[in-house]
Amino acid sequence: MDAGIVSYGAYVPRYRITPTEIGKVWGTDGEGMGLGLNVLRKSVPAPDEDTITISTEALRTALIRGAIDPQQIGALYVGSESHPYAVKPSATVVSQAVGATPNLTAADFEFACKAGTAAIQTCLGMVGSHMIRYGVAIGTDTSQGAPGDALEYSASAGGAAFVIGRENIIARVHRTLSYTTDTPDFWRREGQRYPSHGGRFTGEPAYFRHVTECANRMFEAVGSAPKDYQHVVFHQPNGKFPQRVGKQLGFSEAQMRYGLVTPYIGNTYSGAALIGLANVLDHAKPGERILMVGYGSGAGSDAFDLEATDAIASFDRSYGRLIQEYLDGGVEIPYAVYAKFRGKIHMGGS
Amino acid sequence: MSIARFWRETPRRYNLGGSNCTICGTVYFPPRAVCPTCPHHRQTLEKMVPFQLSGDGEVFSFTVVHDAAEGFEMQVPYVMALVKTVEGPVLTGQVVDISPGEVQIGLKVRATFRKLREEGKAGVIHYGYKFSPALESDVRPPSRGPTVPVETAAPTDRVSA
Repeated sequence: MDAGIVSYGAYVPRYRITPTEIGKVWGTDGEGMGLGLNVLRKSVPAPDEDTITISTEALRTALIRGAIDPQQIGALYVGSESHPYAVKPSATVVSQAVGATPNLTAADFEFACKAGTAAIQTCLGMVGSHMIRYGVAIGTDTSQGAPGDALEYSASAGGAAFVIGRENIIARVHRTLSYTTDTPDFWRREGQRYPSHGGRFTGEPAYFRHVTECANRMFEAVGSAPKDYQHVVFHQPNGKFPQRVGKQLGFSEAQMRYGLVTPYIGNTYSGAALIGLANVLDHAKPGERILMVGYGSGAGSDAFDLEATDAIASFDRSYGRLIQEYLDGGVEIPYAVYAKFRGKIHMGGS
Repeated sequence: MSIARFWRETPRRYNLGGSNCTICGTVYFPPRAVCPTCPHHRQTLEKMVPFQLSGDGEVFSFTVVHDAAEGFEMQVPYVMALVKTVEGPVLTGQVVDISPGEVQIGLKVRATFRKLREEGKAGVIHYGYKFSPALESDVRPPSRGPTVPVETAAPTDRVSA
């Protein structure tokens, strides 16, 4: 495929909360819950942050790093399940905020946690067919779990933006393919504030089946095996699922090392696999091969076979933060502040 | 604020779109149609060009707000600052991602994109610039700065089908 990642940037909000702190409020063993999920902390957006602001920050970083003229962007897609508007595309605000308007196509994507990877596939098609010069795919979320629900221990906020193009590629995409079925493991009905899920049903028939099938189809399609990849990134709704599926497929801890970020920032939904990929690209060397398998409830998986090019060695990441800084940094807040920031306190009025 | 009024200010609020006098080089934000610095104002009428500020600057002065303006109740206490940009203009803006006690005059900041306010739960959401502490890595070479055009710029050539 004559297309790939030209530049990337990510953004994770400053605040963090621990499972222990959440457990204190609901009378549960938060620490045990965190250990079980392999989530040590999760990020929390400030009251003035949402999917649009996070996407904009991530993309601005990507554009500056890659010295890309925003007027050369022909398509911009924001994948999220927490778009601030039900009707009015996040992509319009982001496009305006980075100076890409008006000569581009823009839209919002939604496919639970894999809307960002679906956006990358769309951009690859448009760039590869020479319809556009650059396509931008963003995966961002500020999702919430209902208070006291298991999801509350992991649902966090963050996003990553990828510029897809044909010139100065730092990670070439050799192949992408998907695996999609109708599997009701997790959903949010129109007008509902919090999502619902099928509990343990989100595991074997949903996450594990789709990720495994998709990865195996990729191995078959390109004639590869787990040992051929230096890095692997899975969707990571918690820190446990990706480790388990990686082991089942035959990947080592070393291959999964950089792609696993959820233990430190929580599950950023549409941003999760993409921030993992950004962390891999922060460390990847020329010639290294990367497998990314996203997953979105509902359900589907997108797999990508990538290879870092020689250009990644000279890629300038000096603007913006490296992912490791987001994993290590942040300011922890108590549950009361978290509840205030996330609008969980009823203030009266309309 | 009406939707139309805020929409008209989008280039300024989103992208710090100001203007630059091509005679004396002074940068203005918000943009001006004439240059008050030049001795012959009328001569500058056709000489003002769009100019986008980088968003980099430092705190010139600040105050900590404890009695919030409407819509900012969740952020109390928060910092409002006068930020002297590297291009010259002094902007008023909120400083976020820092404890109020850590803000001081001379603090290096950079513009960040945030939600400014919402017109209730069903209304439009207004976005724009605020400031956050600058990272050391944020010092960018001039040639690598954003090239976002302000609203008057003509579209450039692009590859299309």
